[in-house]
Amino acid sequence: MNILVQTKRRLSKFLMAFFKKKKARIGIYGPPNAGKTTLANRIAKDWTGEDVGLVSEIPHETRRAVRKTDISISGSNGSNITIDIVDTPGVTTKIDYKDFLEYGMDKETAVIRAREATEGVAEAMHWLREDINGVMYMLDATEDPFMQVNIMMIGIIESRKLPVIIVANKIDLPDASPQRIRSAFPQHPVVPISCLEGKNIEELYEKMVEHFG
Amino acid sequence: MQGIQIDLISSEKLASLTSMEKVHLILDHVRKGSIIILERGLSPDEQSTLIEMTMREILPDGFNGIEIETYPSKDQSPGFLQKLLGRTAIESRLTVIGPANQLRMIKKEKDIISAWVSTR
Repeated sequence: MNILVQTKRRLSKFLMAFFKKKKARIGIYGPPNAGKTTLANRIAKDWTGEDVGLVSEIPHETRRAVRKTDISISGSNGSNITIDIVDTPGVTTKIDYKDFLEYGMDKETAVIRAREATEGVAEAMHWLREDINGVMYMLDATEDPFMQVNIMMIGIIESRKLPVIIVANKIDLPDASPQRIRSAFPQHPVVPISCLEGKNIEELYEKMVEHFG
Repeated sequence: MQGIQIDLISSEKLASLTSMEKVHLILDHVRKGSIIILERGLSPDEQSTLIEMTMREILPDGFNGIEIETYPSKDQSPGFLQKLLGRTAIESRLTVIGPANQLRMIKKEKDIISAWVSTR
């Protein structure tokens, strides 16, 4: 980690301790395989030096909500926030164990994974109702943002009056269209990023400080 | 004769049910293989409960979840009292729900939802 980031981290911790600011719990939500854990890892790595969870191309790798506490993020204007990041399982309305067989799993492993995934989605919904103060809604910018699950989730988040940033991930891919996501959700800030390459991640941190601070 | 049962539920019937009763009604029908059409959609809280309850009902080689589509909701202009209370009314609209292994949404536009239904 570079010196600038380390300095920013120390400064924000000092300011948080000084002002005893209340901590927000920010949930990373979105459909499976949008890059939620990759984002959680990048945020945690950049500001605490640690990872949050494992990443995989197989859907529903994250099957329990994972919380990383006390992440202090500083903006360029000197303002800062300390938050808990909650990496949640991908939200969906259907899970079939047979989909996991395509990734070379045997039936028993696939059935267990499907069962854990269903429990994970239910848990993610529970967190949203009870324990989350703000949301980063993560979308794969190469996919159709108008999927019903996205429309429903944004509606649920809005009804709870939670601040939300929509993160348009995977802009390093040729089919990515963050503009399509902007037109789907014009009422919310949309930050296009590539979690994998770290592209635009500083803009996301600025928006987080501004939006969740 | 093989076929698919389609249940159309009126807004009056929905209004007479509690949120939990609505979710149970939907899941009871959909698990049996019926397609449900609600004249009025669910509230965000009810949608959240529906997702959670659906997950709890999924079984290997059995029910594997739901497919759901609705028209985009219309934000109604809030009246004076709603403005005062900081509330905005969201009009929920016609909603189609079915078993994920039988109902596939083909196309959704502003005022048209095209769905494809298969027998089990």
